Amino acid sequence: MERITIDPITRLEGHGKIDIFLDANGDVANSYFQIPELRGFERFCVGRPVEEMPLLTNRICGVCPEAHHMASAKAGDAVYQVDPPRTAKLLRELLYMAFYCTDHTTHFYALGGPDFIVGPDAPVSERNILGVIRKVGLEIGGKVIQMRKYGHQTVEIIGGRKVHPATAIPGGMTKILSEEERREIEMMGRWAVDFAQFSLQAFHDIVLANKTYLDLIVGDIYCHKTYYMGLVDAKNKVNFYDGKVRVVDPDGQEYCKYEPKDYMRHIAEHVEPWTYLKFPYLKNVGWKGFVDGKDSGVYMATPLSRLNAADGMATPLAQEHYEKMYAALGGKPVHQRLAIHWARLIELLYAAERWVELVTDPDITSPDVHRRPTAVPTEGVGIVEAPRGTLTHHYWTDEKGLLTQVNLIVGTTNNYAPIQMSTKKAAQHLIKGGKVSEGLLNMVEMAFRAYDPCFGCATHSLPGQMPLEVRLHNQHGELVDVIKQFVE
Amino acid sequence: MSKPKFAMYWSGSCGGCEIAVLNIHEKILEVDAHFEIAFWPVAMDAKVKDVEALADGEILLTLWNGSIRNVENEHMARLLRRKSKLLVSFGSCATEGCVPGLANLAPLHEIIDTAYTTLTTDNPNNIRPQPVTKVPEGEISIPMLTERVHTLAQVVEVDYFMPGCPPESHQIAAVIDLVIQVVQGKAELPRKGAVIGAGKSTVCEECPRKRNVKSIKAFCRIQDVAPLDPELCILEQGIPCNGPATRSGCDARCPRVGAQCIGCYGPAEGVTDYGARLLSAFASVIDADEPEEIERILDGIPDPAGQLYRFSLAGSLFQAGAAAFKN
Repeated sequence: MERITIDPITRLEGHGKIDIFLDANGDVANSYFQIPELRGFERFCVGRPVEEMPLLTNRICGVCPEAHHMASAKAGDAVYQVDPPRTAKLLRELLYMAFYCTDHTTHFYALGGPDFIVGPDAPVSERNILGVIRKVGLEIGGKVIQMRKYGHQTVEIIGGRKVHPATAIPGGMTKILSEEERREIEMMGRWAVDFAQFSLQAFHDIVLANKTYLDLIVGDIYCHKTYYMGLVDAKNKVNFYDGKVRVVDPDGQEYCKYEPKDYMRHIAEHVEPWTYLKFPYLKNVGWKGFVDGKDSGVYMATPLSRLNAADGMATPLAQEHYEKMYAALGGKPVHQRLAIHWARLIELLYAAERWVELVTDPDITSPDVHRRPTAVPTEGVGIVEAPRGTLTHHYWTDEKGLLTQVNLIVGTTNNYAPIQMSTKKAAQHLIKGGKVSEGLLNMVEMAFRAYDPCFGCATHSLPGQMPLEVRLHNQHGELVDVIKQFVE
Repeated sequence: MSKPKFAMYWSGSCGGCEIAVLNIHEKILEVDAHFEIAFWPVAMDAKVKDVEALADGEILLTLWNGSIRNVENEHMARLLRRKSKLLVSFGSCATEGCVPGLANLAPLHEIIDTAYTTLTTDNPNNIRPQPVTKVPEGEISIPMLTERVHTLAQVVEVDYFMPGCPPESHQIAAVIDLVIQVVQGKAELPRKGAVIGAGKSTVCEECPRKRNVKSIKAFCRIQDVAPLDPELCILEQGIPCNGPATRSGCDARCPRVGAQCIGCYGPAEGVTDYGARLLSAFASVIDADEPEEIERILDGIPDPAGQLYRFSLAGSLFQAGAAAFKN
């Protein structure tokens, strides 16, 4: 049996690796996407005080520490059964919206977007942020940097630091926002709304107006009919910071909707011996392997999943684009994975609009930012939507609030099974009769890049940064060919 | 004349150091202008064999972030050490082990057992990840974890240390400026082994909060007393703040937003063991003479191991001994 190893750079980098095995006919028999790293937060956080968890779990991922900070603080609220004052929740969510704008911008322009803006067939040397700038114009480069700066600046004002914020604690926040700071954040938020609209316009002009790109999006190669997960508010609108987790089935019907505290009744994690990362699935549907369909518990948790799982967006401009997307792609749910990029931009607009809503709320500068807990700490769950999927922190403590047990289901991990399936499907389309198409590397890479896999959470590579090398082995395991997507 | 070569590499880390480097914004262009970027996986295509092909010492400057957590990290550390004239241990993970270094409080098998037996884990056959797995189609492999988390300097010789989790972007920019000046012959390199990109005093010296040299009768937890007095020293409000033992350089960012210093910049200049220094700082603010009372007050620190070695466990004295034993 022939084996192809797609190894990011080399095995020695310690990132994800895909092994593809061919059958006697030279077609794809199976593929394995491996994660070679484990840091063990669930063990070494035991014994730590619960109020430190938002600081410790930041260090799971330096790309999305804000998500861990928020999920952890919310789990801390739950452990003490304390409901933070309104202003504290507004401040947390405001910090979080600024982070979302930065993160989605980085992904769209620097990591995932180049596939579309420059074009999937463009030379690899062009498929990067510089290629985007050449295509869209120099001005856009400055805007992207500005968006990243504004996002980080807002995170720093509210959270104290640009990376690894420090101010969310059980019961609320340590930071009170001044009117001067509020005005600065409002200016940046209004700028972000314009930037998000500009980005959606660019997507329409460049991607959707191009039939080749559109065919790629709606084609079968990147399509999987799975369950979709996302956090929704009381009106079933997308929410990143708070609400219930809603799951819809492959037909778009609500399958379940649960409070964070009930997640264990719905989610389980499958283990394989060939990778350090686990595979979450819907417990009540069951683990049927790496297959899609209604009988398989595999679900997806991405921007597109959140839009599929909700009835709409809570802000007006984002709602317009939400309707436009589903009209263009033939209604809900959308199964085509490359539509994740479109959904991500709609979320960018929502986050920017919500940023302005929050920063103009009269309560945002109130000094009432913390409620002291009075209950004996026991157990609690905190859930937020990380950009890369539903993030669950579950803590158990002793009566002093020291951790006795920790369970974490991290953003990207939710999508491990779908990513596994998508890369296999892309490989099946592109490897026939032992012949490896030249386009394989780009196309397989696009398959998992759409998910924005932040194995910074699981390993430590930045999202999308996965230069690939395909190593072709014959049935005896001997290396017969090496194909690289990068120029020697 | 060809430009000097620059490299940046990350091992067992969270990616926050890379984000902090990206946050120097236009300064990145200066790195590009003054250096040939020989190896930087996050910014460009990286091939280990290209690094292997370089002469020993051919890279002028390598910034290494991340701890040593598996055998591949070890291999890369030795390779880049050999190829680099100056190897900088960049950020808390490389320098002290950082938060993931707390994994050294438990043996590796417990770390692994915990991960694959959590309440949501469906693992009826009690599977653990294996170095080599036979699948129906053949064999696939993953690297083994090291028994402990190691700092970079426990594995190879390091020229400079740059603390912070992550290092603040203005400090990164200052270090890049310095190296450019050295290349241009306008500045001298610091002495080998020096801490760069940080101050020489403590976080307290940068902190705008008022200290009244007041002592305390009890330690308290932040959620029990927040929001804190915005002007008064956090330690004097009874919160175990790590400022007195922690190196300056961050501009006291956390105390400025009402949160205690958690020590991410590591030990202050001249401090050999971070935890010992911090404990003596705590002891010095305690208002008690009787040993029993002192003990009672210190019991108010709920997690001494985490409090004293939150970022520095893997690099601390007793952990360094374990590393030497291993080799």
